[in-house]
Amino acid sequence: MECIFGLVGDGFALVVTDTSQVQSIVVQKTNEDKIMILDSHKLLGVTGESGDRVQFSEYIQKNILLYQYRNGIPLSTSAAANFTRGELATALRKNPYEVNMMIAGWDKDQGPSLYYLDYISTLHKVEKGGMGYGAYFLLSLMDRYYEKNMSLEKALELVDMCIEEVRSRLVVSPPNFIIKIVDKDGARELAWRRTVEDKQGPPSAAAPIASPMAEDVSV
Amino acid sequence: MSITSYNGSALIAMVGKDCFAIASDRRLGVNFQTIACDFQRIFKIHDHLYIGLSGLATDVQTMHQRLNFRHKLYQLREERNMRPETFASLVSAMLYEKRFGPYFCEPIIAGLNDDGTPFICTTDLIGAKQLAKDFVVSGTASESLYGACESMYKPDLGPDELFEVISQALLASVDRDCISGWGGIVHVVTPNQVITKTLKGRMD
Repeated sequence: MECIFGLVGDGFALVVTDTSQVQSIVVQKTNEDKIMILDSHKLLGVTGESGDRVQFSEYIQKNILLYQYRNGIPLSTSAAANFTRGELATALRKNPYEVNMMIAGWDKDQGPSLYYLDYISTLHKVEKGGMGYGAYFLLSLMDRYYEKNMSLEKALELVDMCIEEVRSRLVVSPPNFIIKIVDKDGARELAWRRTVEDKQGPPSAAAPIASPMAEDVSV
Repeated sequence: MSITSYNGSALIAMVGKDCFAIASDRRLGVNFQTIACDFQRIFKIHDHLYIGLSGLATDVQTMHQRLNFRHKLYQLREERNMRPETFASLVSAMLYEKRFGPYFCEPIIAGLNDDGTPFICTTDLIGAKQLAKDFVVSGTASESLYGACESMYKPDLGPDELFEVISQALLASVDRDCISGWGGIVHVVTPNQVITKTLKGRMD
């Protein structure tokens, strides 16, 4: 039950996704970073089919950088969003990518912007948006509490409200979320919201439980 | 749900006295969920030619980009703007090219000829052109739109009256269709000016 949403505030844009990697009924990991940093001032949050998600977002990231290297100037957020849409649209009637995206960026002349791009390559510039089952709860919550030019503190309060709503009301809700921000200082990770920690490292080095066969079972 | 009613749309174009009006709703939805209330469905090709595209939003955007490209190329080659009939034929041909894998959009073309007479036409998703003398409609609310336009339309309306008629017809129809609405936008085009107004209807 992947969840992605984003909003634009005063001089910044936030993108939030869940961080669960799920295969059928198994949660493989709960710290999967689904928000790719495309370049210094762009974020691409992606959810959907896992293979497509990684392949397509890496492809877009490399092409955005290639443009910058070839031409000496970075793409604007609008250009990057439209390029991504074009790639999705071209693939749509051949071998479609099943990925939903929120693209956030900050431009010197435009300020922050956020784009909704769904899996059939419908692109729309929005102030707030979300996709997935979580969006059924979040969109109305954001309609009620979102204001234009929110400060970062108020925006994070809204984000936390949204995450709480998803956690409490969505049947198979993801435990952890990642929040990334893009503003004049660049695109970077802002915070995590965890309820479950992935176990790190190999299994414990303590002595293994004795096997019944190790004991002398002579009758 | 049918692919053409995935995003929801409503479009009308009407002919007046030496002017035309083209109007659309503004909702962008995904089935029953509303994503935005400021989606653009009517695009300016040149000062006296507008195209409105209903149906699947991604194909609306793709068609608009392709048509823009073709018209700009035409402008470079011919050093003039395309006439509305020519453009309608272009749209029809482009749609029929994809006969066995079509764009799921149904355009309305509205323009002013060189002599100032208005021209409107619509095509289906595979390019069957339909010219009309009074009004054309398209979108998920098309059945309501036909009824509303038929009863409200009068020939030879001036720009202001035409704006009133087309707005009322649009708002009345989208109120009966749950997947279109959330406001409207109307362009009234005369030989000398374009008046664009946004409508606030029932936002639901």
